[in-house]
Amino acid sequence: MNKKTLKYTGMVVIALAFSACATQPDPAPITQKQQVEKVAPLAPAYTPPKQIKPVVRQAEDNLAEAVPEAPKAGTKEHFKYMAGEDRVYFGYDRYDLTPQTRDVLRRQAQWLKEYSSSILVVGGNADERGTREYNLALGARRADAVKAFIVAQGIAPGRITTVSYGKERPIDGGSNEAAWALNRNAHSAVLVGGTS
Amino acid sequence: MTKTNSFIKIVLSIFLVLWGLSANAFAQLEIDITKGNSEPTPIAIPDFLSSHPETTQIAKDIARVIGEDLERSGLFEALDPASFIETQTDINYQPRFADWRLIKARALVSGRIVRESSNRLKVEFRLWDIYGGKQLDGIRLATTPDNWRRVAHKVSDAIYKRLTGESGYFDSRIVYISESGPKTDRRKRLAIMDQDGDNAQYLLAGADLVLTPRFSPTAQQITYLSWETGRSQVYLLDIETGRRELLGNFPDITIAPRFSPDGKSLIFSMVKRGNSDVYVMDLRSRSTRRLTTNSAIDVSPSFSPDGKKIVFNSDRGGSPQLYTMNADGSNVKRISFGDGRYTTPNWSPRGDLIAFTKSYQGRFHIGVLNAQTGKAERLLTGSYLDEGPTWSPNGRVILFSRETRGRNGSSQIWSVDLTGSNLRKVDTPGAASDPAWSPVLP
Repeated sequence: MNKKTLKYTGMVVIALAFSACATQPDPAPITQKQQVEKVAPLAPAYTPPKQIKPVVRQAEDNLAEAVPEAPKAGTKEHFKYMAGEDRVYFGYDRYDLTPQTRDVLRRQAQWLKEYSSSILVVGGNADERGTREYNLALGARRADAVKAFIVAQGIAPGRITTVSYGKERPIDGGSNEAAWALNRNAHSAVLVGGTS
Repeated sequence: MTKTNSFIKIVLSIFLVLWGLSANAFAQLEIDITKGNSEPTPIAIPDFLSSHPETTQIAKDIARVIGEDLERSGLFEALDPASFIETQTDINYQPRFADWRLIKARALVSGRIVRESSNRLKVEFRLWDIYGGKQLDGIRLATTPDNWRRVAHKVSDAIYKRLTGESGYFDSRIVYISESGPKTDRRKRLAIMDQDGDNAQYLLAGADLVLTPRFSPTAQQITYLSWETGRSQVYLLDIETGRRELLGNFPDITIAPRFSPDGKSLIFSMVKRGNSDVYVMDLRSRSTRRLTTNSAIDVSPSFSPDGKKIVFNSDRGGSPQLYTMNADGSNVKRISFGDGRYTTPNWSPRGDLIAFTKSYQGRFHIGVLNAQTGKAERLLTGSYLDEGPTWSPNGRVILFSRETRGRNGSSQIWSVDLTGSNLRKVDTPGAASDPAWSPVLP
């Protein structure tokens, strides 16, 4: 933008301001219209910046002090810590394992290999959008899909028990896609030396 | 007397007899229960007569419970006692039919209680056809005073049978799962109540998950699922003796138990390597036979009332549908063909229909279809989550669970009749699910 344009634009703005104050409409600024058109290309349209949203910090939101050490080796907490997850998730009415699920289960199997006296109980779960008995059968399928994969990683089948809870053990009580997705899972619980 | 005269007389008398019969048939009080939403029949049930102060309350209560039973069926309207003109003082005299016609009563139940001792009552009742001007039934029952509710239900059954031509279902019980707590921490307990929701009580102590109880059609026995060993296993419970037994103690997950119509065997699903199949167990020899071998989910088996066929739920075709097979596992045939997912089949005690749960476009329905052809599907209900139909002993009413959506959702038992009308919630002390109807008590 050159100086001339600024000057003329300023004049228009001032004139407009005067006209707004006047009790009668003043036609004067319109006479300058031609001059503005001659010299000034249209200014680019204004785009407001993204709205700034507040981030509130509260004392009670401070994180608890991080645990200095990883969970004690060989415990069920250690199992979850090492595998990343003790639960894997499924699609609606499905029991196939996604690549991500397989990675979690490989890590679970690795832990079971390392702690060879532990046993595993896999509990299959389903979301509420199915009838009770069908969901028990579906939960059993999911639990078995997990067991079969872990066995294929070299864990003795005798160390793994499967149970099904159907839709009886939801971890999210909501009735929406997010809750249902969480509730379609297989949970791996390790039992080590008589404790679970 | 001339020949012509006697001929006329004969013709006339035949005519009179025929006319009398047809008039009689016309006046006959009969209720057609195959039609839905028909006008309920007005029936008058005055308090029973009682000559002893200790039975005065029972005499009132019996009349009330009979009225409630009959009204719940949707077929009757119990008239307001305030409108009654005649007050009978002796049920062994005919009522004044004109008085009852005036208040539009079609039937009258008049009864009395005779106290024979502090521990024994005789209850007598007569059922009157007001327009036909005649007695339809007259019955005497004996019991202990604390058992008066069963007497009321037996009277209701007699009235229902006499007026509809079909056996009643009021003297029966419902075994169900009593629920408490939020969805993510729900407690479920095995419970039983009378058909009208009265006398509800827990059958088992303990916090183990229990599901899907079912009545034996021939004995006071139920089968149910419990996780008390950590996984789902099938149990048998004699509700008179309290004797409880783990059936089979199979190493695999067992689910969906149900009795055969003769009560001698149990049908259920067992899961091996993730694959559920239908099995049948002879309850005397405890021998088990596998009936399906498909790699799909085969679950929720239910016998036909003649014991010759089994309907079950399978997703062998890609989505859950209903299939029938012979009792030995042969001749498998798909019978559900509509849009949506079909589960929890339950064969009607009359044999002609199969009730099921259908989920379609985010809603769940209880429906029925023809057991032979799989056709003539009718959906009787619909909500966010309806499931698990169970039949009344006469096959006219269906109970099911209805769960509301969301974090605060909870389950209740509802009833609907076969025509799809008379939908109502069954009164239970708290949240409830998985109802199963008993046979009519002996």
